Amino acid sequence: MGAKYFGASVRRKEDPRLLTGRGRYVDDIVLPRTLELAFLRSPHGHARIRSIEVRRAASVQGVRRVLTFEDLARWMKPLPIFAATPPGLAARVKFETKHAPQYAMAKDKVRFAGEIVAVVVADSRYLAEDGVDLIGVDYEPLPAVVEAEAATRPDAAVLHEEWGDNIAVAFQHAVGDSEAAFARATAVVRERFRVQRYAGMPIEPRGVIASFGAHDGSLTVWSATQVPHAIQQGLAGILELPVHKVRVIAPDVGGGFGTKAYWYPEELLVSLVALIMNRPAKWTEDRREHLLSAAQARDQLHDVEVAADHDGRILGIRDRMWLDMGAYNTWGTALPWNTVAHLCGPYRVPTLSVDVKAIVSNKAPNAPYRGAGRPEVVFVVDRALDLLARQLGMDPVELRRRNLIRPDELPYDLKMPYRDGNPLVYDSGDFPATFEAAVKAADYQQFRAEQKRLRAAGVYRGIGVSSYIEGTGLGPYEGAFVQLDLSGRLVVSTGACSQGQGLETSLAQIAADTFGVPLEWVTVIGGDTQMIPFGIGTFASRSAVLAGNAVATACTEVRRKFLEAAAKFLEVAAEDLELGDGQVQVRGVPDSAVPLGRVVQACLPTHRAPGVAQPSFEASFYHHVPTVTYANATHVAQVEVDPDTGAVKLLRYVVAHDCGRVINPMIVDGQIHGGVAQGIGGALLEELVYDESGQLLSGSFMDYLVPTAMEVPRMTTLHMQFPSPRNPLGIKGVGEGGAISPPAAISNAIEDALAPFGIRITRTPVSPSSLVTLLAEAERAS
Amino acid sequence: MKPAPFHYHAPRSLDECLELLARYGAEAKVLAGGQSLMPMMNFRLARPAALIDINRLPALDHVALTDGVIRVGALVRQRRLERHAEATARIPLLREALALVGHPAIRNRGTVCGSIAHADPAAELPAALLCLDGRAVVKSRRGERAIAVEELFRGPLTTALEPDELLTEVQFSIPPAGAGSAFLEVARRHGDFALVGAAAVVQVEAGHGVKSLHLVVFGAGPGPMRSPKAEAVLVGAQATLPRIAEIRRVVSDAVKADSDLHATAEYRRRVAGVLAERAVTLAIARCAGKGVA
Repeated sequence: MGAKYFGASVRRKEDPRLLTGRGRYVDDIVLPRTLELAFLRSPHGHARIRSIEVRRAASVQGVRRVLTFEDLARWMKPLPIFAATPPGLAARVKFETKHAPQYAMAKDKVRFAGEIVAVVVADSRYLAEDGVDLIGVDYEPLPAVVEAEAATRPDAAVLHEEWGDNIAVAFQHAVGDSEAAFARATAVVRERFRVQRYAGMPIEPRGVIASFGAHDGSLTVWSATQVPHAIQQGLAGILELPVHKVRVIAPDVGGGFGTKAYWYPEELLVSLVALIMNRPAKWTEDRREHLLSAAQARDQLHDVEVAADHDGRILGIRDRMWLDMGAYNTWGTALPWNTVAHLCGPYRVPTLSVDVKAIVSNKAPNAPYRGAGRPEVVFVVDRALDLLARQLGMDPVELRRRNLIRPDELPYDLKMPYRDGNPLVYDSGDFPATFEAAVKAADYQQFRAEQKRLRAAGVYRGIGVSSYIEGTGLGPYEGAFVQLDLSGRLVVSTGACSQGQGLETSLAQIAADTFGVPLEWVTVIGGDTQMIPFGIGTFASRSAVLAGNAVATACTEVRRKFLEAAAKFLEVAAEDLELGDGQVQVRGVPDSAVPLGRVVQACLPTHRAPGVAQPSFEASFYHHVPTVTYANATHVAQVEVDPDTGAVKLLRYVVAHDCGRVINPMIVDGQIHGGVAQGIGGALLEELVYDESGQLLSGSFMDYLVPTAMEVPRMTTLHMQFPSPRNPLGIKGVGEGGAISPPAAISNAIEDALAPFGIRITRTPVSPSSLVTLLAEAERAS
Repeated sequence: MKPAPFHYHAPRSLDECLELLARYGAEAKVLAGGQSLMPMMNFRLARPAALIDINRLPALDHVALTDGVIRVGALVRQRRLERHAEATARIPLLREALALVGHPAIRNRGTVCGSIAHADPAAELPAALLCLDGRAVVKSRRGERAIAVEELFRGPLTTALEPDELLTEVQFSIPPAGAGSAFLEVARRHGDFALVGAAAVVQVEAGHGVKSLHLVVFGAGPGPMRSPKAEAVLVGAQATLPRIAEIRRVVSDAVKADSDLHATAEYRRRVAGVLAERAVTLAIARCAGKGVA
C-alpha cells in the first residue's frame, strides 16, 4: 500500500458540512405528518405505581394518544442487553450475576427518577408536554438505594425483589500469593477512594425519528446511536419483523462517548408509535432528559492497599471495590471486569487480589463511558502510588520508573483473562519511553526546582503524573463493504459509525491509499444497516482498528478485481499494471493511462457485445480480532492552587501516548484533546448528585458543570508509534485514552501543590470547597 | 423543556406596556434578554400567564452620564455597557463585574436591568449596584419612583418592585476621582455564578488614610451585602496590613451563607473574608497614587 494519506494530517472530509451547519442530525430530519412524543418520567427514585390517570392529558387539543405500559403490553418485552459474559471469561472467573429485565416503560414500579411511565403523542412537542403535565400518577414512594456500600446492607431496600438483594455481579479474583506479598512488604498504603458518578455529555442529545411503510411493512428508524445494527436486530426481534425490513440509520451524530451505546426505551417507543399510528414519529431529547435518563457512568468506591518493598517496588495490590450500576445492569460483567483488567496498568504487579461487587441503585442505569472502568481504577492506583511515594520519601516519578514494565518483558502476560475472555497479554509498546517522553516534555526536573522557589513566595504549584494501559479494538469483528461506481469512485460502507471524531476521514485515508485513488474519490458511509448487513458499532476504541483493517482488506480485493478487468481492457497482464491517482496504466508507460471510470464502463455489456469483464467491483470483508491490542500513555498535569480559595488553575497538560501507527495525527490530537477535556470535567467539575431519596440534584447545566474552552489548557501531545502486531495496519485504538488519566494526574498535581499542608485527596471532583474543607481539617489536626 | 402556554405581548409604547403590567400584575413577566426567564419557563418552573416583551421600546435603550451617575436603560445589553468606553472609564468596577457575567453570547442578549430585577444572590450586577450606591427607577401606571439600592433587594430572586412596576433604568454612582475599586469572585468555571465574591470601592486621602470604603460580598447570603463593620475598620484610619487583615475576620463573621451542591456554607464564610481582604487591598493599590501603607 502506498502511504500518501496514511499518517498525514489531511483535513477532515466531514468538516465543511459540520462546521457550516449543514450536517444532518436526527433532529434535522423532517418528515411530513410527523407526530412528536413527550414522556412522563418518574419524579421518584423508587416508588410503586398504584394507578395512572390519563383522561385529562388525552383531552388536550392536539394530543393524539396517551400510552402506558398496559396499552403497549404486547410489545413490552425486556429490552436487548449487552450483558453476555464471554465464555472464556466465564470459564476463568467465578461470577455471581443476576439480571433484571428493563422494559421501555416502568412496569408496576419505578426504579430511578427519569424512568418512563407514560408516553404522550401530539402534533407538537409543546402540546405533548402540556399533555404530560396533566397525567396523574398515584405513586407509593419507597426507600431508595443511592450508595453502593449501603446497597449491600441487609436492611437496604431492594430494587429487584426477585433477587433478594441489590448485588448484580460479585466475584473475587487473585493472581499470585497476595498474603505472602503483604507479609513481607516494607511499606503498605491503604486508602478509600471514591470516583463520582458522571457521564458523557454529547452536544447532540439523543433523538429518534421513525417511519413505518404500511405498503411494504418496513420500518425506518434514524437514531443518534453508536450501535445501529444492535438497534436494528433488537427492533426486528421485538416487533417480529424480518431483520431486513428494519432499517436503522445513525446519521451525523454529535458525540457518543458510550452514552449512545445502549439500547434505549425511546428507540422502541418512537418506533411503536410510528407503527401503531401509521405516521412518522419523533422525539428529540432535551438536556434535562439527558441528565435524568441517558446512561450514566463511573460511581465506584475502592478500598485499596498497595504493598511495596523498601525500594518502592510494588509487591502486591489488594482492592475491594463497589461499582454502582444504577437501576439496571445492562452491560453485565463488562464494567466490573474492565475495571479489574486495567488495574495493573503499565506497572509490574506480581500479586493481585480483588473483591468486587457491582450493585444496582435508584439512579439512571450505567453504560461504559469513555474509559469504562479505566479512569476509575487508574485514579485509585495512581493516587495510591503517590501516597506510597510520600510514605517512602521518594519522588513519585522515580517510584513509577522502578515499577514500569520494560519493553524486553513484552509480550507481558498478566495471567488473567481480558474482558473478551482471551488471555490478557500486553502486546507492544515501550512504557518507559512513553513515560520519559511525557516527563521530559513537562520539564519535570525544572518544575520541581521552580516549585520550591515559588513555594517560598507563597505560590503553590504542583505536578502530577498518571499512566495507563488500555485494551483497544474490542472484537469480535467489524466489516466493510466496498464498491466502485460507474465513474471509478469508491463507496465504503461499514457498521462503525462516526460520532464526529473523524472516522469518515480516517477510513477514507486507508481506502484511498489501498486502492490508489484521490481521497476525495472516497465516500464513507457508516451507520446505515441497509448499506452493510452486519455490524457492531463504534465504541471501545474499536473502529479504526476493526473497520480500518476491514476497509483495507476489502479495498485490496476490489482493487484485485479491478486490475483483472483493466488487464483485459488494456490487453496486458494484471501484474504489468500500476494504479494510482485514480488512473491505471501499463507500468512505465504513462501514455497508456486511463481513468478508472473508463475501465468500469468498458465492463458494462452493450447491445453489440458483452463487457470486457464482469462489472463486479465490490467486496466485503469482516475483520475479526481474537482479542484487543494495548495502547498506553502517560499524562502530566501542572496546576497552581490558591490555598485560601481552593481555586485550581491548570497550567499545562502533557500527553505522551502510543496508539500504534497513527492514521491522521490531527484527528488523533483531537481525540486526545476531547478526552482530556472530559477527564478534566471528571477531575474538577462534573458530578451527577443524587439525594437520599434518589432525586437528581444536578439536573441542568447550571449544576452539572462540563468544562468549557476556558477550563481546558493548551496541551502537548506526543505520538509514540509502536505498531500493534495484532492487526495488518499496526493500529491501536485512541478514542477513549484521553479521558483515562486526567482525574489521577490532576489530583496528584493538586495534592503535590498543597504538600506543605499535608492534605490527602481521596475523591473527585476536586472542587474549591472540598479543597478548603480538606485544608481546614489539616489545619485543625496540626 | 417547552414552556407552558402563555400570552405574548410586544407593546409599542411605554404606556401600553404599563397598561399590560397593570392588567396582568403578578401573572405577567417582563421579557428583555430572557437569559434567566426563558430557561425557567422551559423547565416550567416559571409559568407566567403572559410575557410582556419590552424589546420594541427603544426609549429604554439609553446609556447616559449625568449628575454623577451612569443611567442604564432597561434594554441595554450587558455587553454594550461592558464596551461603553466612557462609562467603564468613569466606573472601572463595571467592566470588571460585567466581564464575569456569563459569556459574551449571554451578555450580548442579557440586559443590565434584567439581571438587577432577577436579583440572583450570586449575580455580579446586583453586587456592583450595591457597591456603587445605585438606585432603580421604576414606572407604573401609578407613576414613577426611585428605589435606593439598599431597599431594592429583598431576598433571593426578590426585589421591592410591585407586580405592576417596570424597572426602566438603573443608576450607578460614579466614584470620586482618584478612588480605586476591585471586583473579585470565585466560580467553578469562568462565567458561572459566583460561589462567593467581593467588591470594593475605596477613597484614600494623602496623609489622612481611608476616606471612604464601600465593601460588598455576594453569593454568601440572600443577596449582596454591604459590610458596615468591615468598612468601619478602615474608614478614617490608615490602611495598614493588620487592619486590612482584620477585614477578613469581620466579613467572615458577618456572613450567614447556605450550603449547596457547589460549596459549603463554611466555604462561603471563609472565602468571603479572603476575597473581601483581597478586594480592599487591590482597590487601595488602584487608588490614584496610593499604595498600602
